[in-house]
Amino acid sequence: MDCSAAARPNGSRKALLLLAAIVAALPLALPNNYAYEVAILVALNALACVGLNLLVGYAGQISLGHAGFFGLGAYGSAILAARYGWPAWGSIPVTLAGVALLAWAIGWPILRLKGHALAMATLGFGIIVAIVLATEDRLTGGPDGMAVPPLPGIQGEKTWYWVVGAALLAGVWLAQNLIDSPRGRALRALHGSEVAAGALGIDAARHKVAAFVISALFAAAAGALSAHYAGFITPGKASFLHSVELVTMVVFGGMASTFGAVAGAAVLTTLPHLLTVFKDYEMVLLGAVMMLTMIFMPRGLVPTLESVLAAARAKPR
Amino acid sequence: MLTQYLLSGLTSGAIYALVALGFALIYNASHVINFAQGEFVMIGGMATAALFDAGVPIYFSIPLAIAAATLVGLLLEKLAVEPAREASVVTLIIITIGASIFLRGLATLVWDKKIHRVPAFSGETPLQLGGATLLPQVLWVLGVSAVAVALLAWFFRRTLTGKAILAVSHNRMAARLMGISVRRVLAVSFALSAALGALAGVLIAPIAFTSWDVGVMLGLKGFAAAILGGLGSGAGAVLGGLALGLVEALGAGYLSSAYKDVFAFLIIIAALVFLPHGLLGRRAAERV
Amino acid sequence: MFLRILFTAAALACALPAAAQPIKVGAFLSVTGPAAFLGDPEQKTLELYVEKLNAAGGLLGRKLELVAYDSAGDAEKARGFVKRLIEQDKVDVLVGGSTTGETMAAVPLAEAAGVPFISLAGAVVIIEPVKKWVFKTPHTDRMACEKIFVDMRARGATRAALISGAGGFDRSMRAECLKVAGKHGVEIAADETYGPGDTDMTAQLSKIKAAGVQAVLNAGFGQGPAIVTKNYRQLGLTLPLYQSHGVASKQYVSLSGDAAEGVRLPAAALLVADTLPDADPQKKVVVSYKRDYEARFKQEVSTFGGHAYDGLMLAVDAMRRAGSTEKSKVRDALEATRGYVGTGGVVNMSAQDHMGLDLSAFRMLEVRKGDWALVK
Repeated sequence: MDCSAAARPNGSRKALLLLAAIVAALPLALPNNYAYEVAILVALNALACVGLNLLVGYAGQISLGHAGFFGLGAYGSAILAARYGWPAWGSIPVTLAGVALLAWAIGWPILRLKGHALAMATLGFGIIVAIVLATEDRLTGGPDGMAVPPLPGIQGEKTWYWVVGAALLAGVWLAQNLIDSPRGRALRALHGSEVAAGALGIDAARHKVAAFVISALFAAAAGALSAHYAGFITPGKASFLHSVELVTMVVFGGMASTFGAVAGAAVLTTLPHLLTVFKDYEMVLLGAVMMLTMIFMPRGLVPTLESVLAAARAKPR
Repeated sequence: MLTQYLLSGLTSGAIYALVALGFALIYNASHVINFAQGEFVMIGGMATAALFDAGVPIYFSIPLAIAAATLVGLLLEKLAVEPAREASVVTLIIITIGASIFLRGLATLVWDKKIHRVPAFSGETPLQLGGATLLPQVLWVLGVSAVAVALLAWFFRRTLTGKAILAVSHNRMAARLMGISVRRVLAVSFALSAALGALAGVLIAPIAFTSWDVGVMLGLKGFAAAILGGLGSGAGAVLGGLALGLVEALGAGYLSSAYKDVFAFLIIIAALVFLPHGLLGRRAAERV
Repeated sequence: MFLRILFTAAALACALPAAAQPIKVGAFLSVTGPAAFLGDPEQKTLELYVEKLNAAGGLLGRKLELVAYDSAGDAEKARGFVKRLIEQDKVDVLVGGSTTGETMAAVPLAEAAGVPFISLAGAVVIIEPVKKWVFKTPHTDRMACEKIFVDMRARGATRAALISGAGGFDRSMRAECLKVAGKHGVEIAADETYGPGDTDMTAQLSKIKAAGVQAVLNAGFGQGPAIVTKNYRQLGLTLPLYQSHGVASKQYVSLSGDAAEGVRLPAAALLVADTLPDADPQKKVVVSYKRDYEARFKQEVSTFGGHAYDGLMLAVDAMRRAGSTEKSKVRDALEATRGYVGTGGVVNMSAQDHMGLDLSAFRMLEVRKGDWALVK
């Protein structure tokens, strides 16, 4: 594991301001509602990835079932709003609270596992959630999904763009503050060596569960927003394939890098939309791009770019 | 009815076991979970079906298909895994995920998106066992799995290449210092794993058909079975596969067929919580 | 006077580019992914017939242009592409949505933008309740259930078992069958399911065998039904087995082999095009579609491709009757479709019925000696 990445102080205020500037200026480059849609999807994936990165990049745990939390956040809010008539401003917080409780409850037993056993346990969790969502069709509409009432007062792609952009910035700010806090440093110490951290008096289990719960909340928030935005939700959003997509975005962008997570989400969400012109060759190209970038940029997009920039700056004049 | 459930579990379990062996083998050598393992299974089945449909007799289609998959495994190792050998395990996993997407896309271009069938080795007449039935093909799957486990055990313990693979898995640096070519070891394990996967695909296709995306679900279940059994143990992979198949069938029969996969995964998670190294995994001493 | 000529010339100049602009047909289909079995023939059909229509002079003096995207069975992707089709490509009509999930994700967009949308997916929820801009060509899953139950009763079966998979098509049809069984006097005594990628269903089938039923209905799609069929014979079950229109294809028959003998399913007349009596109103249309498709693509024709053919032709016919591509006029013309003969049946739409097919559009077929035969 690349410990230096975890030990580096994360993100400066400058980077957050840069992201805010990008979010503010991007609409100038978006020609129509379709482009806004892609931007919104990027922001939602980025929100989920920022949370996942806390768990995978900083705390060094692995989760192959995070889409399960995304799906639970989406369906929780959708069911409360559509089937029980709750106003969306109530359904979302209650759903998040529920997800936090669930993550806390299952986090304790499964975070005692390490490595591949943990991967399998989280994978199993994700699949169980996806199956339950698809099978309980009277409540969830089954595999074909269900319609979701919109958030009152928020209509149209342009308004949603600002809502989601604000949520992303808030999420990034929150993540950065967590990482630079004593809790965050404890997490990074865990990543390096759990035994050594224990010797320093850090309660590994508690911190791991905390990271798990926080990352679950990020995913659930992204899921709930995504459901209300699209007006529709399907169990595919909780599937193993979606979990793999999220982990891939985090690794691709650069683990232990919040902006890496955002960058990874941006590239891997837009890429299929761009590759669609290649029709039958889309899958082959997507797979090839994933392999080649990980081979040539093994630490991920952002850390590699950072080193390239640092090397350029350090060149003797 | 219990007998039929058991035989049903044996059928799917045998299939999962053979796929799980491939995962265990590559993990043994490189500590990488090869997410493209399911695609080797797919290549074995699809290549056989394609050759057979084109008129090649089945006795030639099968070895050719396995050879094709072995070649793909070698190429995957040489072109995608080796250049990234110094990267972290997670990065390697993402590379194998990219490879699986690539191979699936390639399959739709080289072959097609239809479902194909392959003739069974010894006919379709079901065997009658105590009031229940079993396809003879399942016995082939079980038989080959058993032979494979035995051959692998012999290979790892008695041949130099096998011992070299084990050495690399225990301590890569020390193995290098002893003159073992890590590159060759990795290449051999990927090739062997691909061949095993393809063999699994060929054996399974008469029971469950084959198509470009058959590797996704089989790969997932095989992975689960390998972890349940204890990664790094061939016998463990087979045991994990059989256990998974049985739990699914018994769950479908006695509880609810809609939730059988949920029971299976719940049991796997519970098993891992109590036995973190899997059913047959050895407790490894972790360097602090 | 001079000004009048100037303005007329200007008006003509503005009108000319519009006349040269092609009529855009937007499509979003599952060409890759788990529903590739649906989307692939659909795309091929649309491409073939847009080409043929253009070769015959186009429509309303303009060429047709097909803008097609691959949504890979993913509802979110479908949404994105429909947005793209409406906002960026500015299509005149939408034909697509191979699966119900993708269609339902696109419905709010078509409704909001006021674009006529002809869906190629199966579930009854697409047109019930009726939505102003949404139509569909395939028979509904409810119709399939009803056709099967009527046939079961005709063979004297009143107790039946249901076995279905986990996909959207399977679950939706299962729910509809459970709803309408009682109306037809059939009791569903067992209800089993299998998962995606499952390799053996003998456990579920032995439960069904023990439930004392007189017929079995498999609501499924893909390779599951073929495995169910093989397991059925493996267990020695001889009760009547019904499949759904989701496997109305030669592929199902060749995969199941001898086990499929005697299996019945409801399907469009397209599958038995050559053996239809000459007096059958659909004969001409289905024979010509079958001939054109098979000659061009060297592949067996499929009912899913047929639905795409109907979707395109209905849109073209509506535009012709409306005399324009103005969306609300086309929509009204679609709703007024009467007596249109397609591969799926004879279509009679109305303000309450945006599909236009009745139970007679479905034919009950039986597998005999590896081929389809009409059940009289």
